[in-house]
Amino acid sequence: MSNAVDQYLNLYGDYREAIGSHSAGVLNARRDDGAEALARAGRFHVRGDEGYEKTSVDEMFSPDFGVNVNRVNMPVDVGASFRCGVPNLSTLLAVVVNDRFVPSSTLIKNLPAGLTVCSLAEAAREMPRLVEKYYAKAACMSDASVALNTMLVQDGVFIHVARGTRLEKAVQLVDIFHSSTPLLAPRRVLVVAEEDSHISILKCDHTQGEDAACLSSEVIEIFAGRGARVEWYDIEESNASTSRRSQLFARQEEGSELHICVATLTNGVTRNDFHIDVAGGHASTRLSAMAIGSDRQHIDNSSVIRHAADYGSSDQLLKYVLDGNATGAFEGVIEVCHGARFVEAYQSNRNILASSGARMHAKPQLLIYNDDVKCSHGATTGQLDNNALFYMRTRGIPEAEARRMLMQAFMVDVIDTISLEPLRDRLRHMVDRRFAGVKAGCAECGSGCPD
Amino acid sequence: MNDILLKVTDLHAKVEEKEILRGINLEIRPGEVHAIMGPNGSGKSTLSSVLAGNPAFTVTGGSAIFHGVDLLSLSPEDRSHEGLFLSFQYPVEIPGVSMVNFMRAAVNAKRKYFNESPLSAGDFLKLMRQKRAIVELDNKLASRSVNEGFSGGEKKRNEIFQMAVLEPRLSILDETDSGLDIDALRIVAGGVNQLKTSQNATIVITHYQRLLDYIKPDFVHVLYKGRIVRTGGPELALELEEKGYDWIKEENR
Repeated sequence: MSNAVDQYLNLYGDYREAIGSHSAGVLNARRDDGAEALARAGRFHVRGDEGYEKTSVDEMFSPDFGVNVNRVNMPVDVGASFRCGVPNLSTLLAVVVNDRFVPSSTLIKNLPAGLTVCSLAEAAREMPRLVEKYYAKAACMSDASVALNTMLVQDGVFIHVARGTRLEKAVQLVDIFHSSTPLLAPRRVLVVAEEDSHISILKCDHTQGEDAACLSSEVIEIFAGRGARVEWYDIEESNASTSRRSQLFARQEEGSELHICVATLTNGVTRNDFHIDVAGGHASTRLSAMAIGSDRQHIDNSSVIRHAADYGSSDQLLKYVLDGNATGAFEGVIEVCHGARFVEAYQSNRNILASSGARMHAKPQLLIYNDDVKCSHGATTGQLDNNALFYMRTRGIPEAEARRMLMQAFMVDVIDTISLEPLRDRLRHMVDRRFAGVKAGCAECGSGCPD
Repeated sequence: MNDILLKVTDLHAKVEEKEILRGINLEIRPGEVHAIMGPNGSGKSTLSSVLAGNPAFTVTGGSAIFHGVDLLSLSPEDRSHEGLFLSFQYPVEIPGVSMVNFMRAAVNAKRKYFNESPLSAGDFLKLMRQKRAIVELDNKLASRSVNEGFSGGEKKRNEIFQMAVLEPRLSILDETDSGLDIDALRIVAGGVNQLKTSQNATIVITHYQRLLDYIKPDFVHVLYKGRIVRTGGPELALELEEKGYDWIKEENR
């Protein structure tokens, strides 16, 4: 058994009751399953495991992190310290400080009919049958990280959209790390979009301060009912001392649309998994991702899109720009199951290495157990176009600016996949700023951290 | 000597260990139009690339003095700011960079070089409008990515539009006539002629005499094997048109 697994199993053994007493029955009911699965796995994935060529999850979990078992409130005035950086986008805001759910007053007062956004523990107490129906049903417990999250998670976010409810406003979840000691935050999001409902969710990850190491263990489960449309946007702007192990599991029913767009702008070590089960016919999935790495950032995205029904379509676009000594990885699997006819599934991964120290690993895969499908995948890794660079310089554009413009331009088609226009504009601005080397978040954040 | 705009002396350059320019000498004064002609592979495009500062080429000897400035010591962007412009034979497509952002970056970079504040949005748009008219460039192209999806004619007109905006002292038009039909050629040449003043100069690089019917040269140089082997007036271009390049090759065997 790895030390990483051992320390969390011991923690669970010692604090089992305390963990449960600050949570709710539905969540508690699955803890022992999680502990068993974690013990059975024995270790988290390490480099060289199938699908983990470049990232050791075990290393991410091995530092001696604390877990806020007794729900001690961190002294952070969320309203004062964080201002949303997405102007013109009026959202229903909730904040997750470490692993504590904090609704905004607008969220409490202005929740539209048909929408529930609340603490997962609260939902588990108030509507146990609904939560039980979905909780830990899409996430794959045999994965050690999911097992750990299920074993330790005490709260999270529950989002439910009633049948036929089409929301105009987006729900925004702001995850903030704020800790003076090394901290592991088990985070959990459960999204249930009932038949014919529409919802857009924007999640932003931030870390305040620079000192303590933080690890975010995230499990996100999304259930898109018949004809439902779910948009999931996820922007990470954390820092070098932050690790993120995020796993998204989605299940799509007939005719549903799922659109995921993930941007990693600043981070330490990040591993994002996307497991999408296209269970119903005529369902469509779009996954787009951008990763911008410099210094020693490490960004690893992995996708498995499993088409189990007829007439499914999926389109994946993942782009990386890596500078400095940053490393990137992408492994993507499209699986078309036996009997799933007329599926169209595409995957494209394009990467730019802007320095000689940057590294990229790409492994696209197609598993097709069927005829009558249209599938393609492609991965390219290269440098900035020297001809374009020279052309711009002959027009007087300084080299550094020309490089920046080309890197921004490279990300344009990922940004264009976002259907919320204000978010698109905002992300464009954030990407410009990121390439210009302006520290992310500082302009908006009023936390007054020494840096 | 003060009125010499560009003086190239014994210029040598190579690309990947292959010497392409083998001693170019050239003097250009304000108000002049020079045509450089020559068979394929003689070094015409290399000369324009080297003058513009393409890092793919290495200068191995000689000098180029541009209104008193050591041109070869400058970065491509500073050569542009100092008034050199290269119209590309194959204008580069830059997906994701809009024409308007591209031009704004170019205009403001030049202003910054001369310690001027950036142009206001209104003034910038006015400038674009004025300059577009010179080559009848469609406004629709402004919102498109640089050269992406432009027709051959639009690309070349776009080059002259950029030249009009940047107001260079010396323009090098590298095979600007290639890929142009006769109407587009007339518009492009008309643009170049409109921009001509007694203060600026133009180098026209071309295979064919055709373009020189529209842009009248004062001098015609023949480049062969990396050297200027013959210089004459406009009549030299006509002679080449009639006799081809074989006699030049014969003479320089």
